[in-house]
Amino acid sequence: MWIGNKVNVMSMAKDKMVSALSEQEIEEIEAEISHLPNRSAAAIDALKIVQSHRRWISDESLSAIADLLQMSTAELDGIATFYSLIFRQPVGEKVIMVCDSVSCFLMDGEKVGESVKKKLGIEYGETTSDGKYTLLPVTCLGDCDHAPAMMIGDEEHHDLKPETVGKLFDDASKRSGDDAS
Amino acid sequence: MTDKPLTKNIKGDKPADLAAYEANGGYVAVRESIGKKSSSDLLDMVKDSNLRGRGGAGFPTGMKWSFVPMEKTEGHKYLVCNADEMEPGTFKDRVIMEKDPHQLIEGMILSAYTIDADIGYIFIRAEYHAAAKALHEAINAAKEKGYLGENILGTGYNFDLHVHSSAGRYICGEETALLNSLEGKRANPRAKPPFPQVSGLWGRPTIVNNVETLCNITHIVANGADWFKSLGLGEDSGTKLFGVSGRVKTPGCWELPMGTPIREILENHAGGMADGYELKGFLPGGASTDFLLPEHLDLAMDYDVIMKAGSRMGTGTMIIMDDKVCPVATVRNIIEFFARESCGFCTPCREGLPWIHKILDSIENGRGEPQDIDILNRQAGFLGAIGHTNCALAPGAIEPLASAMKYFGDEFNQHIEEKQCPYSAKNGAN
Repeated sequence: MWIGNKVNVMSMAKDKMVSALSEQEIEEIEAEISHLPNRSAAAIDALKIVQSHRRWISDESLSAIADLLQMSTAELDGIATFYSLIFRQPVGEKVIMVCDSVSCFLMDGEKVGESVKKKLGIEYGETTSDGKYTLLPVTCLGDCDHAPAMMIGDEEHHDLKPETVGKLFDDASKRSGDDAS
Repeated sequence: MTDKPLTKNIKGDKPADLAAYEANGGYVAVRESIGKKSSSDLLDMVKDSNLRGRGGAGFPTGMKWSFVPMEKTEGHKYLVCNADEMEPGTFKDRVIMEKDPHQLIEGMILSAYTIDADIGYIFIRAEYHAAAKALHEAINAAKEKGYLGENILGTGYNFDLHVHSSAGRYICGEETALLNSLEGKRANPRAKPPFPQVSGLWGRPTIVNNVETLCNITHIVANGADWFKSLGLGEDSGTKLFGVSGRVKTPGCWELPMGTPIREILENHAGGMADGYELKGFLPGGASTDFLLPEHLDLAMDYDVIMKAGSRMGTGTMIIMDDKVCPVATVRNIIEFFARESCGFCTPCREGLPWIHKILDSIENGRGEPQDIDILNRQAGFLGAIGHTNCALAPGAIEPLASAMKYFGDEFNQHIEEKQCPYSAKNGAN
């Protein structure tokens, strides 16, 4: 009776896992686990891997990763929500991270942030309605001799001015061939 | 021998590759030391050099290493490089990792050999994509050449090196929080003791050092402790990556002798204040250091000299506050940062910093009350004391606040009396 139940639960867990994570994601996570002393030690790596494929960590992904790492979903969520660069809500195609630390602040960084908000029509923590951009503040980007600085996706932009920072988004739309209307 | 060992390979935009690094004396120290010198010889050399940790605390590196148990036991020992550069205003480790990654790798091989570690991690912040890429490529090249991995250069010594890209949060730079994060956990700092040297990563002996500290090891081993000591102008040894940000003519990062006067860094290297701006005060080594004033410009950038003046040299990257920016707003920005980055484990830090932030925000926006100053002073005394919290985040956050209240206290009062920010009144709506 007990053994039967256990097998059942495990096979249910496996089905759920396969449907929520791709073969490739599982393979990449297992590669991280292989050089760690226990499976749950790969928690942050696993969250980053899944996020790199899906942009964010849904409840389904979270519970599938927890199963794969043999830890509780609650514990993994505690880890996921601790780290500022693990997203537990959907984000846009690109995440904009505006440095709001003191060296940028001293060079009008807050005004740069305000300009970006105005240009995109969103506040920090929000995503544009076309799903292109999510806007977040970020800790000092270590580019203080070129303050103010921000990242658009993996690209860094610096020596920004509140008056001209909006143009970056016009140029980005042109590059991708979209109408900037 | 160069007088700028840390930056001698930094030319142009691309990282120095293995061939360029070797052509300029790279990996000679590894070839001449691994398997040839004893780890105690190397440890003595590092102790004699008087190298102090470049991550901000300035703890003597040789002493830190000497607490690692050296008797042979089962299990791993770890060397971890703290490349989680997030102290506001700090932009020095990034330069080394992006432009001369082999220097760090060589320093880590020598350091690991000294403490007999067999596994190393470079814990790098997630946003440093270019640096992580340069490190991955350099590690692969070093492995191919036999400098890393199993049986290094046929000596029987093994050292595996991995890059771990983080997932955000300033607190990961605190060494025990960093270890929890490497273990895949929330990055809450651990209560000490035990110290990581005895019980660190997965309970094993572990040394955590900053990027610039580890790079210095390469040059100390290659050129000797006496040479290293001769580089410094005052009590402290070696060179230092000093930086200046804020309203100066040419902000940047330069390798200069330890003990270089602040005035020389600010005026000769950063070009002085930008036109139309005057120096009001500055944070000598990142956001978590106390403000100093123009009257302190002739002090030498040495750990003890800056300490005696009531601040800390910290990371050596200065943040310049000019006369056109509101000091209350500046401190509000800094406290907002620390309140957000508190890991939330210790109550005084989790609750106290947001409280202070709210008060500063009120004062800045003309809603301050006279008794707010008393609350700020009381909170500063409470949070600033070491021992009320597990780590130094809250005491660090209080340094700029308490010093700003000491030096610019009149302006805090002026905000409260006039019920507005004199700076935004002067400049129009802010």
